[in-house]
Amino acid sequence: MFPNFPIWPARAATSASNLDALFIFLLLVTGMVTIMIFILVTLFALRYRHDQVEKATPIMGSLALETTWSLVPFGIFLIFFVWGAVIYFGERTAPADSMDVYVVAKQWMWKLEHADGQREINELHVPVDRDVKLIMTSQDVIHSFFVPAFRLKQDVLPGRYTTLWFHAIRPGTYHLFCAEYCGTQHSGMIGSIIVLNPADYEAWLSGGGGEGSLASTGQKLFQQLGCGSCHRSDTQGRGPNLVGVFGKPVLLEDGRTVTADENYIRESILNPGAKIVAGFKNIMPSFQGVVNEEQLLSLIAYVKSLQGSQPGGVVSNRPPVPQVSAKPRVK
Amino acid sequence: MASASTITAEREHYLNADYGFRSWLLTTDHKRIALLYLISITFFFFIGGFFALLIRLELLTPQGDLVQADTYNKLFSMHGQVMIFFFLIPAVPAVLGNFLVPMMIGAKDLAFPRINLLSWYLFIVGGGVMLYTILTGGVDTGWTFYVPLSTAYLGTHVVLAAVSIFIAGFSSILTGLNFIVTIHRMRAPGMTWGRMPLFLWSNYATAIIQVLGTPVLAITLALVGLERMFHLGVFNPQLGGDPLLFQHLFWFYSHPAVYIMILPGMGVVSEIIPCFSRKRVFGYEFVALASIGIAVLGFLVWAHHMFVAGISVYSAMVFSFFSYLVAVPSAIKVFNWTATMYKGKIYYSTPMLYAMGFIGLFTMGGMTGLFLASLGVDVHVTDTYFVVAHFHYIMVGGMVMAYLAGMHFWWPKITGRMYPEAWGKLAALTIFIGFNLTFFPQFILGWTGMPRRYHAYTPEFQVLNVLSTAGSTVLAVGYLLPMVYFLWSLRYGKEAGDNPWGAAGLEWKTASPPPTYNFEETPVVTWEAYNYDELPEEVPVVG
Repeated sequence: MFPNFPIWPARAATSASNLDALFIFLLLVTGMVTIMIFILVTLFALRYRHDQVEKATPIMGSLALETTWSLVPFGIFLIFFVWGAVIYFGERTAPADSMDVYVVAKQWMWKLEHADGQREINELHVPVDRDVKLIMTSQDVIHSFFVPAFRLKQDVLPGRYTTLWFHAIRPGTYHLFCAEYCGTQHSGMIGSIIVLNPADYEAWLSGGGGEGSLASTGQKLFQQLGCGSCHRSDTQGRGPNLVGVFGKPVLLEDGRTVTADENYIRESILNPGAKIVAGFKNIMPSFQGVVNEEQLLSLIAYVKSLQGSQPGGVVSNRPPVPQVSAKPRVK
Repeated sequence: MASASTITAEREHYLNADYGFRSWLLTTDHKRIALLYLISITFFFFIGGFFALLIRLELLTPQGDLVQADTYNKLFSMHGQVMIFFFLIPAVPAVLGNFLVPMMIGAKDLAFPRINLLSWYLFIVGGGVMLYTILTGGVDTGWTFYVPLSTAYLGTHVVLAAVSIFIAGFSSILTGLNFIVTIHRMRAPGMTWGRMPLFLWSNYATAIIQVLGTPVLAITLALVGLERMFHLGVFNPQLGGDPLLFQHLFWFYSHPAVYIMILPGMGVVSEIIPCFSRKRVFGYEFVALASIGIAVLGFLVWAHHMFVAGISVYSAMVFSFFSYLVAVPSAIKVFNWTATMYKGKIYYSTPMLYAMGFIGLFTMGGMTGLFLASLGVDVHVTDTYFVVAHFHYIMVGGMVMAYLAGMHFWWPKITGRMYPEAWGKLAALTIFIGFNLTFFPQFILGWTGMPRRYHAYTPEFQVLNVLSTAGSTVLAVGYLLPMVYFLWSLRYGKEAGDNPWGAAGLEWKTASPPPTYNFEETPVVTWEAYNYDELPEEVPVVG
């Protein structure tokens, strides 16, 4: 009647293997202490039952015991803390050359877009043994991208990007759940992560077929919107040259430095006056309401694709960054 | 309450001192206000429990077939809001605390009797608004009101629910304020801080959180209302707000609120275990200071609810560290309670069974909290049934068990009657079994990946859900039993006498039920708390 009765989730990514080791350690340690307390309570209750004992023995306490059972648990807690933090830090630091997938969540579906143009709804095909990085945002409320088989979860917020990365180790189909309550069909906002062997993945890639890569979509949009008239690929534009900017530090007009990541580019498109690049004026209009979340992602993919076609001269010497560092626009 | 006044004909006490609705609704007697609270929160407990049963019935099958998705979302939202704000938070402080705080320090009443009555009225107004919210269609925000869902997307009575909790919050603040002033200013001669029962220490610690934390919740809910009604852009990014700001503010109150719910329960257990072990509590000072430690450190851990919300890696590490730190005083308490039983003379009374159940279930709740405090593990199990199981082990396995322990322990004092001991034990056992059957499977559900707040789920989770639903029916029976025999005992219970348990503590040195002003003359305390070595060895009423 019941197809199965799992007590352990599938283990399909490196992150899952890392976590399971810690989880088992926690289970053993806390299980032993819990059982010890159960045994002591039961033992005392039986041994010192009122009809077994003439009179209770008055005991005030013991400083040695109090110290022991404060410090020993704390020491053990520190192990839990450090081990958990190391795993978390690793989960949150994506390798440099990961394959990017863009995720837009909305009530109540997941829209996923690969860098080379394939679009999927509630399904994500990824190759095994590759680092995959998800760059996620929401069109409406907060959602959460949860893949139990990877032991990974990340809230997906409106108005900014959050990221998640994984390295799948086992082909198969795994649950994708929304884990943050998001309204009526929250429990219907589920899908699948399909991990494929490299050959199958190639076959899937060639079978699908988008209208060109995400970056090329972004490039078309970049031209349509006339972005290139200011963001020229030389130093003469009224806006910063965007070539090679992505991922680099940018010196701002007010003296701060920010990294040109997805969130910064997003902000520069939607709210260009927020962070003006040193040497430029606040002349760029906002594109809030003009471009939707998916178009934004394609623009970002395009900016990302502008790597290195130009010598790094402009941007790469960052510490004292020359005035032209990089990109935002300027309104 | 009217029937209770028939108990003892001859002697005048707080129940028969005056009759009629007016004498109850305008009373400033802390003991009568405690009973008003008792009736009110019992009502809300069964409403919240009814929602819980419907939730469990829906989850019997993977398909969402019993109720519609929107209805299900309302059920878990209202279950949470009712249980947390209208049962758990007031349960021990407003019922047992109200009754016992003045008596335990040898005072005639709380410092501000009229403010005490006001706090009950605020509770009733807040509760009334909550009932109106429920009856006119309910609310589906979860108990957490996360934005921008609550401020811009839901079409239900979000503002009404927020107003209801806003008002009830002030009732909680006033109770806390009253306890702090009372404990500082009204202790009987000789009742030094070092001689205070641990129940007072834990209610004092609770009161600090109520007074300092609850206003932040009030502000947060007010901002939710303003954003929803007037599009004030505080939280919604489309209006220029920040949804994580909401989560920080919400959890700044709502994590310490967890300690509002559990600390008083720890106080109850700290009274009962020494009494039925006929021994001073082991390490009194450490248990007392652990309460204060929890209250203080509890304010530094809120963002452990936000490890996957998009906060920085480094702030997450800080909050993880503090979360482990706050676990230390809880561990200290568990070890001290256990050690109190060592070389005692132990009576298996109903309150003691609940208290031992509390130690076990609270330990499991605390241990699984260590999983959640660990960043890497939390990423996987947060927002799953693992968390649901964890906090029910603390809130229901811990707090409700402690509340029932306390109700049985002090019932003779409150009413002058004994409840039937055999039925009490049966109920305690039923609740313990039903509780574990309901919530233990949810740990496994969460670990294997079932998210919380799911109306429908994938089929592999069914077996464990069926177990959990089965357990919830056992649990429901367990909760109905005390309801029945407590009422029965008001008329038919044996006369309790002043001190049926042979317990230490000033509340046992006066009559049962106590006179209106608690003591014929102000007691003078010359002994330490829990001086069981100076009291009779036998507990008179327990075989």
